[in-house]
Amino acid sequence: MGERDRIRWHCRRGMLELDLLLQAFLDRHFEHLSAQELAILTELLEYPDNDLLDLVTRRAEPCEERLSLLLNLIRES
Amino acid sequence: MGLTRRTFDAVIVGGGGAGLRAALELARADLKVAVLSKVFPTRSHTVAAQGGVAAALGNSEEDNWHWHMYDTVKGSDYLGDQDAIEFMCRAAPEVVYELEHFGMPFDRLSDGRIYQRPFGGHMQAYGMNPVQRACAAADRTGHAMLHTLYQANVKAHTQFFVEWMALDLIRDREGDVLGVVAMEIETGEVMIFQARATLLATGGAARIFASSTNAFINTGDGLGMVARAGVPLQDMEFFQFHPTGVYGAGVLITEGVRGEGGYLLNKNGERFMERYAPNAKDLASRDVVSRAMATEIKEGRGAGKDGDYILLKLDHLGADVINKRLPGIREISIKFANADPIKEPIPVVPTAHYMMGGIPSNYRGQVVAPRGGNPEEVVRGLHAAGECACVSVHGANRLGCNSLLDLLVFGRAAARQIIDDLRSSPQARKDLPPDAGEMTLARLARLDSQKNGERVADVSAEMRRIMQHHCGVFRFPDLLVEGVKKIKETAARAARTEIQDKSKTFNTARVEALEFDNLVETAVASLISAEARKESRGSHDRADFPKRDDANWLKHTLYYKEGHRLEYKPVHTKPLTVEPFAPKARVY
Repeated sequence: MGERDRIRWHCRRGMLELDLLLQAFLDRHFEHLSAQELAILTELLEYPDNDLLDLVTRRAEPCEERLSLLLNLIRES
Repeated sequence: MGLTRRTFDAVIVGGGGAGLRAALELARADLKVAVLSKVFPTRSHTVAAQGGVAAALGNSEEDNWHWHMYDTVKGSDYLGDQDAIEFMCRAAPEVVYELEHFGMPFDRLSDGRIYQRPFGGHMQAYGMNPVQRACAAADRTGHAMLHTLYQANVKAHTQFFVEWMALDLIRDREGDVLGVVAMEIETGEVMIFQARATLLATGGAARIFASSTNAFINTGDGLGMVARAGVPLQDMEFFQFHPTGVYGAGVLITEGVRGEGGYLLNKNGERFMERYAPNAKDLASRDVVSRAMATEIKEGRGAGKDGDYILLKLDHLGADVINKRLPGIREISIKFANADPIKEPIPVVPTAHYMMGGIPSNYRGQVVAPRGGNPEEVVRGLHAAGECACVSVHGANRLGCNSLLDLLVFGRAAARQIIDDLRSSPQARKDLPPDAGEMTLARLARLDSQKNGERVADVSAEMRRIMQHHCGVFRFPDLLVEGVKKIKETAARAARTEIQDKSKTFNTARVEALEFDNLVETAVASLISAEARKESRGSHDRADFPKRDDANWLKHTLYYKEGHRLEYKPVHTKPLTVEPFAPKARVY
C-alpha cells in the first residue's frame, strides 16, 4: 500500500498540464496496474517535467521501447 | 508534548527558485540550512516559467536599469514600492551573471554573451520602444534555473527535507518566529524545525480560482501559516489573469489563436467583441478582452449548462492553418477541453496566473507588520521571498520576466540579511515557547476526529467557484458583496473538513485537507480585500469604479485573519537614490 501511495504522490508535478494528465490516468488505471507497470511508471516519473510532458504529448518518443505500453496508457487517458 | 525537534541556523520552506537561491547563499556562508519541500525541488512550479529573466544587460541594444525601473513602476500601476523596485532593477545584471557562473545554460549571441529577447512592457528610454531585456534558456528558463540552483546547493551541502510539508510557524510571546512545525508526508511524523531564521518561499496561490494555470502544489502554504500566526497579508486583491484558459482545466490557449483569426462567441453565437472594441475586436488588449468575457458571463450570455464560459471559434480557419500555424493548440483542446477545434469551438475562460500580493516584506526579505505605530516593524526571525512575498515590486500588475528576477534578487537579499543577523547578534538561540506545536497538533487531531464533516473536494470546489464568479478578472459591486458573505460561509465549512483515510503513510487526503486550510485563508483575504478597494488599478478592475484613484487608494491593503480586519499602509513612493516616478495615466 505504502509504495502505491508514494507513486501517487510523485504524480504531483511542477506543471499543471502534467498534473491534469497524470490525474486522469490515475483515476482510470491506477488501481489495475501490475507490479511491472508500477515499476515502469516509477521510472517515467523520474523524468524532468519538461521531458515527461514531451513524452506524454507525443512531442517525443521514449528511447526505450519497454516504456511505450504504459506511456500509451497515459497518453490515452 | 514530546515532538521531536531538530535545530538549524535557517530553515527554508519551499524548494522552488526563491528557496533554492536563498539556500545557496546561506550554505555558502557555512550556515546549517534545511530546505523543506513537498515535492522534489526540481519539480517546483518555477519549472513552468518559460519567458526569461529581465535584466538590463544591454547585450543586444542599449539599455539601463533606470529604464527597467520605470517600466516596472509603470507596470505596477504605481502601487509598487519604488525603493524595492530600484533595488531589484539595479541588482538584476549581477544576479543574472551570478547564475551564469553557477552554470545556467543561457541562450547566447555569436560572440558568447547572453542573448536577450524582447518581452511585453519592457521598453527603451522610458516607454519609447520595445527593448531586448529577457535572458532565457530556450523555452525552459525556469527548468534550467531550478536544475542549476539545485546542483549548486548539493555541492554546498544544503540539507534537503524532500516530501515534507510545513504546517505552522512557531511564534513566541514577543512575536519572534523560532521555526516551523512540519509533517513528513511519507510517515505522517510531525516534527519541530527550530531555527534562528525562517524563510518562506512557498510560491503563489492562484489555485483559489476555478480556472488557474498553477500546478496542484501551489496552495499558498506560507500565506496560510502567516495568517494563522497573526501576521497580515498584503494586497491580496491583485491577481494577474490571462483571457483564454481552457475551461475546467486552466491550460492556456495562446493569444496567437486570435492573431490568426480565431474569435470569441457567446452562447447565442454572437461575436461580442464587436460591441466592446469595434476596431480591434478580438485583438484588443488582454484587459479589454477579459472584461468583455466576464461581462458576457455575468449578464447571462455565457455558454454551457452553468453559463460560465465563452467559446473560442477557429474551425473557419480550416485544418491546414490550425495544424500548421497553431501547433499544439488542437492537441491541447482535444486533451483538456475534449473539443476538436477543427470541428467545434474551444470553451475558454479568463484564467488566474500570478499573485502580486502576499506576505508583507521589505527589500531585504524581512517580513514586516504594523506594531507600535510603525506600519513596517520587522517580524524578528521571519523572512519571505518569491511569489509568496509582497515586497512589493509588482504592485498591482507584474511585468513578464520580472518574477524570475524577483526570486533571484530577493532570495539572495533575504539570505544576506539572515547572514548579517546571525553574525551580528551574539544572542543565543531563544527557547521555544512551552506550547510550541500544540496549535498544529490540535489542527491535526481535529481533522482526524471530525465526524459528519465536509468533504475537502466539495468545499474546495465551492471556494474556487465563488472566487471565479465573484472575484474574477472583472469585478462587479453586487457580486463582490455577495461573494464576501459566501466565502465566509465556505471558510466556516472548511473548519469542519473530514477525511476517510486516517492512515499515516503518504496520506494524500490528509495533505490535501491541510493544503486546503491554506487556500481558504488566501481566498478569504483576497475577496475581502477586493470588495474594499473602491477603484480600478492594475489587475484589480471594478465595473463601478473604472478609474484609478490616487487621492484615496494609493496605499497597500493589509488583511488580518482575526476578525477579517483590514488596515492600509503607505506605498513607498521614494526610491533609494533616484527621483521618484510620479503617477501618470498608464498607456501603452
